[in-house]
Amino acid sequence: MSGTRLNLVLGGWLIGLVVGGALLSFVWLPHDPNRLDFAAQFAAPSAAHWLGTDHFGRDLFSRVLIGARGTLYVGVIAVGIALSVGCFVGAVAGFVGGVLDEVMMRLVDVLYAFPAILMALLLAAVYSPGTLTAMIAIGLATVPIFARLIRASVLSIKGRDYVEAGRALGARSPRVLGVYILPGAVSPIVVQASLSLAVAVLAEAALSFLGLGTPPDVPSWGNMLREAQGFMALSPYPAVVPGLAIMLTVLGWSLLGDGLRDWLDPTTRR
Amino acid sequence: MLGYLTRRFLTALVSVVLASLLVFSALLLVPGDPAVVILGMNAHPEALAALRTRLGLDVPPAQRYVQWLAGVVRGDWGESLQFGRPVAALIWVRLGVSVPLALGAATIACLIALPLGIWAALRRGSATDPIVILASQLGAAIPSFWLGLLLILFFAVELRWLPAGGFPGWDRSPIDSIRALILPILALGLGQAAVMTRMTRAAMLDVLGQDYVRTARAKGLPQRSVIYKHALRNALVTIVTILGLSLTNVFIGSIVIEQVFALPGLGRMALTAIGNRDFPLLQGAILVYASTIVMLSFLVDASYGLLDPRIRYG
Repeated sequence: MSGTRLNLVLGGWLIGLVVGGALLSFVWLPHDPNRLDFAAQFAAPSAAHWLGTDHFGRDLFSRVLIGARGTLYVGVIAVGIALSVGCFVGAVAGFVGGVLDEVMMRLVDVLYAFPAILMALLLAAVYSPGTLTAMIAIGLATVPIFARLIRASVLSIKGRDYVEAGRALGARSPRVLGVYILPGAVSPIVVQASLSLAVAVLAEAALSFLGLGTPPDVPSWGNMLREAQGFMALSPYPAVVPGLAIMLTVLGWSLLGDGLRDWLDPTTRR
Repeated sequence: MLGYLTRRFLTALVSVVLASLLVFSALLLVPGDPAVVILGMNAHPEALAALRTRLGLDVPPAQRYVQWLAGVVRGDWGESLQFGRPVAALIWVRLGVSVPLALGAATIACLIALPLGIWAALRRGSATDPIVILASQLGAAIPSFWLGLLLILFFAVELRWLPAGGFPGWDRSPIDSIRALILPILALGLGQAAVMTRMTRAAMLDVLGQDYVRTARAKGLPQRSVIYKHALRNALVTIVTILGLSLTNVFIGSIVIEQVFALPGLGRMALTAIGNRDFPLLQGAILVYASTIVMLSFLVDASYGLLDPRIRYG
């Protein structure tokens, strides 16, 4: 199996597992993820609790499944925000050019100075920390990547003959941009979206771990790690299980992104 | 060269000013009266009035921003509401933990990633190449704070070799302070090393595929000379960019790692400032982080000319 195919298959399987787990959690869970069972505190993996239990005796597998929902939800919305804002800004800046391009890209550059955690600190000061602020923070911090990517694609495509032909046929600027230029930029966007989802999963987990993301009463992988921190001497499972879930999800999105990049690039595709 | 550097520095300075404006404006958006937000609904009107004056809320926002920025330039960053001490002094003390942590992590990352990335590129297609690629993929996927927890579990809880957290302070015990930073540096640096290994390998592979490297080989130059004189020097521009990115990543990543290891650094102080609604302190801390990122980016750009004479400046 070629490296490209291996990346796609392995990445696809890992993300399929996470999405499947999240969907499964809507119809079936082995245990109530919030049910306290002090008789089963810090249980090791067993037939009753597949991945063990935490300090309240809550089932780790059920909590990991619920956590998958939040991870996907925050990641997809955050990358959606970045994609929408970044693509709009990048496309308009690249297409119109001149002073507008300069001003828009300078403003985007300022966002470079605010990675997700820093943006979340700022938003948490203004509004209460929570899922929404985490999504916006991750989304805004990712805007520059998409804006730069789309701007570069638009600049390289807008001078091509078929775009000029479209203009000559009387197409107006929005149509030229939407019909002739942007479809040519879809491939790099898809690849970047997958890679950005990997970063978003890490950022969401980090923000929840810091108390700036998903509220503490909702099972999320970052919250589970924060809670496990105080009990690691008593049982490693509550710390190991959510960490593994985060790692495999990030790995899945990264492999998928790498695989898509190679697959969509005609120079590397075999 | 000088003209380019000046222009680039001025652009960086504008970015810092815009970043400061963003930080300042964001805190203007705090719903309601910030004094009430900080002191609570039942606060005495006189206390509220005093706090409003202290925060400068009795002057228009634009004037307040100019006053604040002028203060920042002079070194007067305001006073912390929680500690009652100058913000600049508090930040300076906390940087004594955060900066060694970030620099240590970046050093570890470079020491591992640069040789490993170059080595993997030179052995492309060999049996060890996929192992390096896989290890770097996995390493990059591990959250640094989880790695920190695992390191605590193994080296502090199981083996009891190193402390699980806390920081005695440089003046009280330098040796114990260094010991306290070893696990955090590893947690932050190892993940970064994985990311950098992939990038260094890709940069080297790119250069090794260039015509001038093939020519150097065809001329019969020894491998060492081809790698160090031709390939590595040209790959340095990309590697320095990677280095700049990694310094940014570890500096920001230190916010989470300080929380894992209970280190009294700048990030932990910023988190406490949110809880205590200490806006002047939070403003200062965020400004330090954002300005550092902008300045690191400037330094990376500035180094290009030194490394690659082909880059011409207007």
